[in-house]
Amino acid sequence: MSLHKLTLCELQKQFKTGEVTATEIVRAYFLRISQVEPKVKAFVTQAKESASLQAEVLDRKLKAWRKIAPLTGMPLAIKDNICTDGVPTTCSSRMLQNFIPPYDATTVAKLRAQEYLLLGKTNLDEFAMGSSTENSAFGPSRNPWNLHCVPGGSSGGSAAAVAAEECVAALGSDTGGSIRQPAAFCGVVGLKPTYGRVSRYGLVAFASSLDQIGPITRDVPDAAFLLQAIAGHDPMDSTSVDRSVPDYMKALQKRDLKTLKIGVPVEFFTEGLDTDVEQAVRAAIGELKNLGADIREIRLPSTGAAVAVYYVIATAEASSNLARFDGVKFGFRAKETKDLLELYLKTRQEGFGPEVKRRIMLGTYVLSAGYYDAYYGKAQAVRTLVCQDFAAAFKEVDLIVTPATPTPAFKLGEKSEDPLQMYLSDIFTISVNLAGLPAIALPCGFSKTGLPIGVQLIGRAFEEETVLRAAHAYEQSTHWHLKKPMIR
Amino acid sequence: MIFETVIGVEVHAQLRTKSKMFCGCGTTFGLSANSQTCPVCLGLPGSLPVINRTAVDMAVRAGLALNCTVAANNLFARKNYFYPDLPKGYQISQYESPICQHGWIEMRDGDGIKRIRIRRAHLEEDAGKNIHETGTSGSRIDLNRAGTPLLEIVTEPDMCTADEVVAYLKGLREILMYLDVCDGNMEEGSFRCEPNLSLRPSGQKEFGTKVELKNINSFKYVKDAVEYEIKRQTKVLNEGGKIRQETRLWNIERGETAVMRSKEEAHDYRYFPDPDLVPLKLDDEWIEGFRAELPELPALRMKRFVSDYGLPEYDAAILTASKGMADYFEVCAKQFNQPKTVSNWVMGELIRELNNSKTDISASLITPERLVNLLQMVDKGTISLKVAREIFPELYSNGKTPEQIVQEKGLTQVSDEGALAKIIEDVLSKNPGQFAQFKEGKQQVLGFLVGQVMKASGGKANPGKVNELLKKKLSV
Repeated sequence: MSLHKLTLCELQKQFKTGEVTATEIVRAYFLRISQVEPKVKAFVTQAKESASLQAEVLDRKLKAWRKIAPLTGMPLAIKDNICTDGVPTTCSSRMLQNFIPPYDATTVAKLRAQEYLLLGKTNLDEFAMGSSTENSAFGPSRNPWNLHCVPGGSSGGSAAAVAAEECVAALGSDTGGSIRQPAAFCGVVGLKPTYGRVSRYGLVAFASSLDQIGPITRDVPDAAFLLQAIAGHDPMDSTSVDRSVPDYMKALQKRDLKTLKIGVPVEFFTEGLDTDVEQAVRAAIGELKNLGADIREIRLPSTGAAVAVYYVIATAEASSNLARFDGVKFGFRAKETKDLLELYLKTRQEGFGPEVKRRIMLGTYVLSAGYYDAYYGKAQAVRTLVCQDFAAAFKEVDLIVTPATPTPAFKLGEKSEDPLQMYLSDIFTISVNLAGLPAIALPCGFSKTGLPIGVQLIGRAFEEETVLRAAHAYEQSTHWHLKKPMIR
Repeated sequence: MIFETVIGVEVHAQLRTKSKMFCGCGTTFGLSANSQTCPVCLGLPGSLPVINRTAVDMAVRAGLALNCTVAANNLFARKNYFYPDLPKGYQISQYESPICQHGWIEMRDGDGIKRIRIRRAHLEEDAGKNIHETGTSGSRIDLNRAGTPLLEIVTEPDMCTADEVVAYLKGLREILMYLDVCDGNMEEGSFRCEPNLSLRPSGQKEFGTKVELKNINSFKYVKDAVEYEIKRQTKVLNEGGKIRQETRLWNIERGETAVMRSKEEAHDYRYFPDPDLVPLKLDDEWIEGFRAELPELPALRMKRFVSDYGLPEYDAAILTASKGMADYFEVCAKQFNQPKTVSNWVMGELIRELNNSKTDISASLITPERLVNLLQMVDKGTISLKVAREIFPELYSNGKTPEQIVQEKGLTQVSDEGALAKIIEDVLSKNPGQFAQFKEGKQQVLGFLVGQVMKASGGKANPGKVNELLKKKLSV
């Protein structure tokens, strides 16, 4: 069997025993990349040379003494808004096209400490703003299941790379669904950890109070395995929480769901929900019931306001976070400007794409004197209501199950002229970020057109174990995750 | 028309932390450009701030010393504006919930005491510096200062004259330096003053239009700028003009203020809570711990110097103007029980030498022990007061002990009657005219003769003894 077909846990086992070398892994993956990448376009930067070199060094070192960390020699891809020391980190923006960070994000530093192999940096919607990767300054990535469809976004490159087997697993970031929505579109597993579970240091900020880095993988154990490596308190990130990290792999061992109460929010099954998606998700809920879970209907009444709240808070934070891209110190600088104001204006006009500009303007507006209370202040108040909804629901149930997206992957160009329609594709994932909760998206079927469908499981804050355990039990009793796109 | 001036003051005090407000970079002044920077204070994408606990501690101590209420819940906010020396495009500051509020300091006002209310004091980070060198194209940016912790201290509009403003600023600076939270260096920008002032017809309740003054880096310029601005505004109003709300810069060369920006050009800073920082909670017990450990502050110490040492208020005020000076005095006064004598020496000889060599008292080569040593030698009659004064500069500059210098130069005072008698004989034989005059009853001549004896002894003779011996001799 080709190496690229193995899951992270499988590959790790083989590498640990010395059945495969790091060099073989790198060779196999770059062969695969050379075959499918021209169609999928998942990567912004490929790191073939450095990965090969690193693999050689690793193999030589391991000949002498074979003691390895869990991710040693594992070929991963990293979303291109997570800083990698010495490797370009572009955020798929012209603004950072030539930006090479002088430091690693904490998550990357943790992987590096385990001597992982970086295959490349994956495409995203510019600065993670979008749901299709069509907002990338370097062109969209494609859905490996249907090259005419988007892979979702913003972590579309990472999801497509995992689905097309161009890496064994990847890191993404999720601000309003940016891990889960593309995972659902590409038929892979995407986990957004609790806000504060994983360090944000080195993640180029879009919306600081919502952003969270997480794994995109081929199955649930891989997600647990990768989360284990990146979770934990970071003194460099004040919003990361000082709480011990449980053994996530151990959490998977418990197979039945008999003690679990799982809520189905009625607000998530309304008009606009694709019938194929609804059927698949209802079937998944049935399967969870078969596994012993106590399924009950719940209400999350503020759900309808979540998208609006999100687009006020996220854009407000973004307008401030992106102020540093001014052409003065790093990144793109417009040429031939006559004074400081023109330098600012031209740099930002030429450096940012239209969606980023739209959100900066929106965010600037909602924070402006005279509008702050009506927009930003109000949105924070409603955000509290969204959190209270979840808090009330989690008194009754241990998990909440919903569709991950209202439809399967849409066609390239289908929504790019209609921002509002695009925003609504995150309708089922957004409220989870507002409440800072952990949630996973995993495959639960296919549409009539052969596109993957994802189901979402939401847990209480810091209860990733419960989320993973239920997802794993479901995955074990179904075969969806084993189906692979026909791409070669 | 007669106008009344209303003045409030904003001070930016740089806190004396080793590292910056939100990262581990150093805060030393004057190092090569951009040598004290990291991804955080450079505002590189993905970097995040972490609050410097020592800066918080210092702000709390300052707040307590300024009689403020310290907030249990602290939020940091982003102040958004574009400027090349501001790496992130926003400054992390405090907006809605400053760490300290509702305080006051007292200062002397003629015979009474005037209380200046402190509206708030909040923590924030400093910006870098734009450098415009003549002869080069473009500007450069030094971000060494970016991220340095500042405490911004804002008063209520409680002052009415330039002298009051200066007195307030001196008092505030003393307190911050006493607490060792700010080095008070105005030239290096560690203590920056921005008075704002408005005029209103005497008796009117409503405030007039306010003008803010910037770019003032000494107490003298504070006084000059405020006085200039009062005159300027009075003239405008008397001529029927209107004051425009604006920020004006003090121009040192021209001795006048000029418009920097008007209200219309003022920024909308779009403050909002910084989502990268969690609310900082300070518990009561911890705050009270700091209160208990506050050092004695200048105003109280001055009162104690008057009551405990019997010093005149004038002396006490000068000695307590800096903690170092007051500490120095107290060490001396404890070992040498003549406080006024100590005060005279510290305020006279010592301050003169410190000023001449631009040295801080903490670095003085004449340690309190050495000064006490010298005073004891005078007290015991080992050396004369004159000799002590003469050798002081040398003591100050070479760090030798008083004994060493006295011995090396053979300056020990001569009190031995036999030795003195010999010198007196000599002087009298050389000055027979004066001797005769004295004998005839001309008392004034005694001074001359004593002087001659002192001169002949090379200044070492004990003048009291000489007087006594001469009188004895002449009365024979």
